[in-house]
Amino acid sequence: MSEIMFWEAIRRAHDEEMSRDPMVICMGEDIGVAGGTYKATNGLYDKYGPERVIDTPISENGYTGLGIGASYLGVRPIIEIMSVNFAWLAMDQIFNTAAKVHYMSGGQLKAPVVVRSPGGTAHQLGAQHSARMEKVFMGIAGLRVVTPSNPRQAYGLLKSAIRCDDPVFINEHELMYNMKGEVADEEFFLPLVGSEVARPGKDVTLFGYNISVHWCLQAADILAKQHGIDAEVIDLYALSPLDRQGIAASVSKTHRALIVEEAEPAVGVGSEIMAVINEECFYELDAPPVRVSAVNVPIPYNHTLEKAAIPDAKDVVKAVLKMFGK
Amino acid sequence: MDSEVKKRLLHEMLFARRFEERCYEAYVERKIGGFLHLYSGEEACAYGVLEAAKVGHDYVMTSYRDHIHAIKCGVDPKVVMAELYAKVTGCCKGLGGSMHIFGVEQRFMGGYALVGGPFPLAAGIAKAIKMKGGDEISICFLGDAANNQGTFHESLNMAKVWGLPVLYICENNLYGIGTRIDRSTAVVDQYKRVSGYNIPSEQVDGQDIEVVYAAAQKAIEHVRSGKGPYFLELMTYRYRGHSMSDSNAYRPKEEERMWSKRDPIIMLRDRLIDAGELTLDDYKNMDTRILESIEDEVIKFAEESPEPPLEMLEKYTLVENDPWVNGGSK
Repeated sequence: MSEIMFWEAIRRAHDEEMSRDPMVICMGEDIGVAGGTYKATNGLYDKYGPERVIDTPISENGYTGLGIGASYLGVRPIIEIMSVNFAWLAMDQIFNTAAKVHYMSGGQLKAPVVVRSPGGTAHQLGAQHSARMEKVFMGIAGLRVVTPSNPRQAYGLLKSAIRCDDPVFINEHELMYNMKGEVADEEFFLPLVGSEVARPGKDVTLFGYNISVHWCLQAADILAKQHGIDAEVIDLYALSPLDRQGIAASVSKTHRALIVEEAEPAVGVGSEIMAVINEECFYELDAPPVRVSAVNVPIPYNHTLEKAAIPDAKDVVKAVLKMFGK
Repeated sequence: MDSEVKKRLLHEMLFARRFEERCYEAYVERKIGGFLHLYSGEEACAYGVLEAAKVGHDYVMTSYRDHIHAIKCGVDPKVVMAELYAKVTGCCKGLGGSMHIFGVEQRFMGGYALVGGPFPLAAGIAKAIKMKGGDEISICFLGDAANNQGTFHESLNMAKVWGLPVLYICENNLYGIGTRIDRSTAVVDQYKRVSGYNIPSEQVDGQDIEVVYAAAQKAIEHVRSGKGPYFLELMTYRYRGHSMSDSNAYRPKEEERMWSKRDPIIMLRDRLIDAGELTLDDYKNMDTRILESIEDEVIKFAEESPEPPLEMLEKYTLVENDPWVNGGSK
């Protein structure tokens, strides 16, 4: 077991898979000679060369489509889109080709691409560099969506995603690349489905994913220490397909549910999980489910306003106390 | 091109014409649903280029006007028609439809309904070929209007920078859906636009199959020999509207008359007759046999095939039983 950073975990998964299989390549803007904006491909260019570590032009739809086309013939591209805001430009190829080609060819073709991209609100990056797009991707049939909350998941999910024959979108976070965490030294793989109990509890379930898992864990600590509320935290690292049974199992245990998302509330992770709770375990509820979401605005540049636009642990605590009538 | 090859190509192109016209009838009878884009008038493009290529070896893809490219690649016309009839015996089991014909075994990598979508996909196939070290090439047929998509520029740029073995064929039929090229496109000659990416290109008559064949041979030789991408523009004309829902009212009748005099099938037929290689009776007999074979084999197969079962609805959304979904076998 070693403590490594999030970016190092991603880099290690790349390196192991590229050294095992010559058909694994990676591509994206500045990932080669420059080493990657978040260092996730650092050093790979020197090791594997320009044919396999490809510095692309700034043509998101073009290079994503190129990776998909290559995947038809057994190449396994790991496509890094530098910021999820730019993934909108590649949405045509992700949505219209990668997610649909297996189906519309009657199973003849597969598009085993991995698209990795960081989203989220970081440090005053402004409206066009602060998008949270996971809710868009998780609504696309034919696409798997995972979102790691720590280096262990970043490594294990990427390892499985590279080998999986489906197209997989990995939603990362701009603020999390330097986060440290324990990762086993031996090779391992994590399932692309399911969820993890990040903290067991009995009074209320806090559902988080990616960065919001950490807000939930901080809130759970405060709730336990200051308010005597024992919160369970569920890490929904797989957003599509969602772990319906896992969600229902936790709600059936705590009878209360709160979903924490960094994105705007409409048509989002929170509303989807509320729907799942309604469908799977409505009569287990002791209180209406609650979601803690971003304010429905483009993210402002001003630091104070930026902070006010997205939730944090305090907002989670406040919402839980309100749910308990405190 | 010797006369036997020409006669075979005449037969193939006439088959293509009759196949598409029969699709028209089936659509009117509501046997075929959705959108239907017919290739009538443009036959010399697909047949000339793919005659010069190694079908079944080279990879081919195109847009939604895709039935005939698939057939020339070796996909059985019966399974193409069955696909149009939405039957389980269709090449995509009735899940694709007219705009999504696939024949991966024949290396026909699909018809795509987003205008310009195949540009980067074909470049990606070329990237894979290059990585594997084979002598195949990737051939991408698209219409002139696709060149106004960003993917045209993005893909030509990447194909040139990375020296990819991809041949782009522009079937320039002068209309993007219902808008004439000079009303939508700043540079009307498409081959000129490619010079901005330092890619060799040429514009030739797309109605004369011998001209297309010769130009395609040169283009394919360039790409296969490792010199990178090539762009070939074929001047052509479609007889029907963009799709079946298009009445074609926007085209001057005089223009349609002019192009009908340059029909690729009639031109080749008359050339063979002038050379004493074929009689008009031979041609009429050929036509009769083709019409019969389409009814007796192609249509009959499509009509009599079963629909896909309801259990197939979700079968191909994601790949079935992939062990890595659960983190592998460990």
